[in-house]
Amino acid sequence: MNGALIQNLFTESGGMNPYLQILIGALLVNNFVMNKFLGICPFLGVSKKFDTALGMGMAVTFVMTLASFVTWIVNEFLLLPFDLAYMQTIAYILVIAVLVQIVEMALKKLSPSLYQALGVYLPLITTNCAVLGVAILNTDEGYNLMESTFNGFCAALGFTLAMVLFACIREKLSLAKMPKWMDGFPGALITAGLMAVAFQGFGGII
Amino acid sequence: MPKKPNFFSVFLNGLIWENPTFSLMLGMCPTLAITIAGSNGLGMGLATTAVLVCSNLLISILRNVIPEKVRIPAFIVVIASFVTIIDLVLKAFIPALSESLGMYIPLIVVNCIIFARAESYAFKNPPILSIADGLGMGLGFTFAITLLSVIREVIGTGKIFGAAIMPASYQPMAIMTQVPGGFVTLGILLILVNALRSMAQKKSRKEAEA
Repeated sequence: MNGALIQNLFTESGGMNPYLQILIGALLVNNFVMNKFLGICPFLGVSKKFDTALGMGMAVTFVMTLASFVTWIVNEFLLLPFDLAYMQTIAYILVIAVLVQIVEMALKKLSPSLYQALGVYLPLITTNCAVLGVAILNTDEGYNLMESTFNGFCAALGFTLAMVLFACIREKLSLAKMPKWMDGFPGALITAGLMAVAFQGFGGII
Repeated sequence: MPKKPNFFSVFLNGLIWENPTFSLMLGMCPTLAITIAGSNGLGMGLATTAVLVCSNLLISILRNVIPEKVRIPAFIVVIASFVTIIDLVLKAFIPALSESLGMYIPLIVVNCIIFARAESYAFKNPPILSIADGLGMGLGFTFAITLLSVIREVIGTGKIFGAAIMPASYQPMAIMTQVPGGFVTLGILLILVNALRSMAQKKSRKEAEA
């Protein structure tokens, strides 16, 4: 069974399955936070505790997957046929803002417990550059609908991974005695730098 | 501040006292992402300043027209329009810069500095002061990211704005132009800023006592 699974992952010509490539690429090699510097504000802002980091990560994953899906449709059926590609930025950011609002309202109605968990993070996501970033990247790379959605999902997982790891380190760090000037943001930034060194080790996998 | 705010004091406040990068910690994504060469930093800073001044002005003019409830979508549309204009202008007149900044130009839309100034300043203050605030904050941001990118460029490649300044025997430290270098350089800069601040505070306190 394992053999068949592995065979499925590679195409006949010996290249990697495009979805596996997207998964590894977005999750580890081109991690949004550690390699592309997208979504740094929430990465530094809400990573003091493990729980909040995980909540933010989940909310971002939800919105980014949806946003990749919707922006692809908007681009393919609205912007390209009417020759409006220069309106891309405005169209995408509006779609994302509307989407975040709808998700917030829907969650409030349908799943109050999930809303309780994610609610506070949702409004912040509109200005999370990772969401707009993934939409622009998908368009630049020329992904199809499935690939775009999958890329959005994987990139968000990568964001969550980096965020949760960072939060775990910062929880420990808050107990350590730091020099006065280094306490808070400077310390966190240097920690993030060391994490980025570790993530660079993934370079060259694909 | 006991004095009535004028154009100059608002401008200085943004440039120095409430510098968006060093004390408000806003707009971190472009600050870290594109600061690998001095020209990039300067270009990004000026583009952001242009958007910030225009959006501050327009939002301040429209502040009595925009209903409180839909202000966030309204801000987004105003900011996104100006970013699109800047994007097209850069593509047409400075294609090299547009190329090297890449997707970070459309991402000016989600730069929290612009959003935060619209929400916390331009929506509450008259146009002239809002322009001053936009200029101060924008140039403060420009100063910070240009400083960061010059440091990273000199240590990482031995050049400054593309011209070699280090002796030929200097081995460039490539990691400075890569991701970890960005985080660590900003961290160290912040430590220096914190140190300078606390020294200045101590000094002014001593003067007050004496």
